[in-house]
Amino acid sequence: MAKVLLEMKNITKTFPGVKALDNVNLKVEEGEIHALVGENGAGKSTLMNVLSGIYPYGTYEGDIVYNGEVCKFNKIKDSEEKGIVIIHQELALVPYMSIGENMFLGNEQGKKNAIDWDKTYAEADKYLRMVGLAESSKVLVKEIGTGKQQLVEIAKALAKNAKLLILDEPTSSLNETDSKALLDLMLEFKKQGMTMIIITHKLNEVAYVADKITVVRDGSTIETMDKRTTEISEDRIIQGMVGRELTNRFPKREGVKIGDVNMEVKDWTVYHPLYPERKVVDNVSMNVRKGEVVGIYGLMGAGRTELAMSIFGQSYGTGITGTLKLNGKEVTLKNPKEAIKNKLAYVTEDRKGNGLVLTNPIKINTTLANLESISSHKVIDKDKEYQVAEEYRQKLRTKCPSVEQNVGNLSGGNQQKVLLAKWMFTEPDVLILDEPTRGIDVGAKYEIYCIINDLVAAGKSVVMISSELPEVLGMSDRIYIMNAAKIVGELRAEDATQEIIMANILKSGKGE
Amino acid sequence: MKKALEVLRKNTMMFVLVLVFLFFTLMTKGQMFTPLNFNALITQNAYVYILATGMLMCMLTGGNIDLSCGSFVCFIGAIGGICMVTNEMGTGISVLIMLLVGIIYGVALGYVIAYLNIPPWIATLAGYLAFRGWGTALLSANSSTGSIAPFPQTYLKIFSGKIFETAIGVLNVPCLVVGVIVSILVVILNIMTRKNRIKKGYEVNSVLSMIVKTVISVAVIMLFAYKLAYAGGIPTVLIWVVAIILIYQFITSKTTIGRYFYTIGGNAEATRLSGVDTKKIMFIAYLNMAILTVISAFTVIARFQAANSTAGTNYEMDAISACVVGGVSAYGGSGTVFGMVIGATLIGVINLGMSLMGIDANWQKVIKGVVLLAAVVFEILNNKDKTKE
Repeated sequence: MAKVLLEMKNITKTFPGVKALDNVNLKVEEGEIHALVGENGAGKSTLMNVLSGIYPYGTYEGDIVYNGEVCKFNKIKDSEEKGIVIIHQELALVPYMSIGENMFLGNEQGKKNAIDWDKTYAEADKYLRMVGLAESSKVLVKEIGTGKQQLVEIAKALAKNAKLLILDEPTSSLNETDSKALLDLMLEFKKQGMTMIIITHKLNEVAYVADKITVVRDGSTIETMDKRTTEISEDRIIQGMVGRELTNRFPKREGVKIGDVNMEVKDWTVYHPLYPERKVVDNVSMNVRKGEVVGIYGLMGAGRTELAMSIFGQSYGTGITGTLKLNGKEVTLKNPKEAIKNKLAYVTEDRKGNGLVLTNPIKINTTLANLESISSHKVIDKDKEYQVAEEYRQKLRTKCPSVEQNVGNLSGGNQQKVLLAKWMFTEPDVLILDEPTRGIDVGAKYEIYCIINDLVAAGKSVVMISSELPEVLGMSDRIYIMNAAKIVGELRAEDATQEIIMANILKSGKGE
Repeated sequence: MKKALEVLRKNTMMFVLVLVFLFFTLMTKGQMFTPLNFNALITQNAYVYILATGMLMCMLTGGNIDLSCGSFVCFIGAIGGICMVTNEMGTGISVLIMLLVGIIYGVALGYVIAYLNIPPWIATLAGYLAFRGWGTALLSANSSTGSIAPFPQTYLKIFSGKIFETAIGVLNVPCLVVGVIVSILVVILNIMTRKNRIKKGYEVNSVLSMIVKTVISVAVIMLFAYKLAYAGGIPTVLIWVVAIILIYQFITSKTTIGRYFYTIGGNAEATRLSGVDTKKIMFIAYLNMAILTVISAFTVIARFQAANSTAGTNYEMDAISACVVGGVSAYGGSGTVFGMVIGATLIGVINLGMSLMGIDANWQKVIKGVVLLAAVVFEILNNKDKTKE
């Protein structure tokens, strides 16, 4: 038995109202590659943030024992000094700086207050060769592709003298070849004695590199499996990842007739607005009928939001191709205004970022997307505005002292209701709800589900994007599964189970 | 007591204005309160009100400013001088030409900022430098002194004259009559609004608070009318200023486009996804700014009765200060025309008061700087309290 390099004992981390980690235990031996698998929001990233000192000592309970001593990290620098380096899912490189500058950012070479550039670039080149990059470290980061950027991140970690390297979904933005190269590099490092933790969704990667697998679900570690001693089946991992019971958290929908196709998307392809060579939505076809709730399930970064926003008046992406039919008629929506006019609504996943004007009152937010309807000759009828806002407040049971209240002062659930009210007021036929229950409590979730039921009962169509499996299963009539920019499966609700959906996703990543 | 505090907090700047005014009246032994200084307060600050209105619209969209307006005033002055004085063109056609030049600049500036995404402070910094130079060059090319004068009488009358002018010190009856008419209009408007709201079943403030509000408004209007009546009559520039303020008060509070200025400042992306052409709004903000700058230039040239190369120096700063002191958010999304008027008046009163007291011009700048900072700090602290509740 090898030496235990890291042990995290009974880690509990609470955020206001949520227990993100509950008595988590993790043991990592020296020289192994340890995979951490679990759904979105299971607590993997939180656990790694605790480890790296992003959440300082004292904000969590439990102990971190590293190299035989109990660690009390207050900031990232503390953990890095010990050789624990984390590479985050989102690349944290400054595009307009050179590779060398990026690698030693915050760790500058030379004397205090005087950077030794010769040393910086020489050192940087040395580490670049170690990760197999032939580029000069003087090249700007924006000049190299994402695959190479990921390698630069690793070189940067090596330059910090990493002994324990944590990679948070390192391949999520890489293509197949780059991913393979990265995984091979990990195996190479393992031979040299490096210890690594990899967080990933992709079971094929786990099978390829990991020695041990720890499954995390709902903030707890479920089990740790050792590949060297036991045979591990994918089914067992999947079961571990999703194995929670479905209780009656969803209101019943009865007697809703499903009618004609209301919106149809065909061969829809979208490219990234900043990297026009990257496909974010790849040849997607889907439809939704009147009175139907269609769920789109996928992991973060699967392209769901990009799909929705590109449909909604091309508000995201470039080089959009494909056809969009609303109510049987082909339409081209050039901007959100045309989308609204054609009775399409997109309720964003990011209500604070691009959904609501937090500094403005409820009534202004409620009417913003359909201000013309309460105005004559561009002059707003403020009495009517008040009436409308009040009507929706009562209808959706938004809890607030009055509609004059600023939206920023409301709870998440009530903000979500204001956002829904805003889009219901545009009288859409098709509503695309992007993560409609993200970050709100169970009671409010139930009310949002009731609103969705009312909408389809009124003959509208709802497309519900969600990364919560139980929600997708509980609310949808039909489910599309999206992964890596593609629709990889379509299921009727009665045929779908969590296992089938997860298997669909995990296997789709393997096929290529 | 709690209610009184609430009223105080909501109208802090107004109370500050009254206090500062009383302070200077005391310090100057009543000089501040003379008809001539009332007149000066209006005529000297007219340009601030007009420029600050445009600046307000820009700032609402997200704390964006226009640094070029002061230099552009100088440039427009030069154009006006060349038209009216050098080439002896008619007032009407000259005014149109000046407006046209303003519109051309506004379109170009708006395009660069809204559609090419150039940060406003950089785009307008370019104008700040270029128009000062260009204006000065035009002036020196057309006049040996670097200053063009005299402007035609019709022009001066429209932008710096007085209506029903009488001698100073003589009671000007029409001025008082206008004051009375405006007062009556204000009273009727307040009553009508209240009745309307009651009829539709909305909450209304107490009768007392309405009466207090009306009485204060009428008192202020009549005070000005009375004072101006002894200073020769109503300055035409006051009419320009009041008209602009009323128009923009209406736009910002009642129209859809005005609403979009606020929501863009609050959350541009949310506004865009609500089907609003946010680029167009940004474009309009700067086009509007350029047009108001031209109108401001009209009054400035008329007041100095000449176009010269120092005209408009630091005007952009005056306009920004007026907005900020008047509670317009430096981050965008909040601020009112009324607040801006209070802010501009406060700065005007401080300027005039300090000049009357004979404070050294350098120290005046120091004091104004401190007032500006204090206003922003106060605003932020005040807002912090509110979110805590």
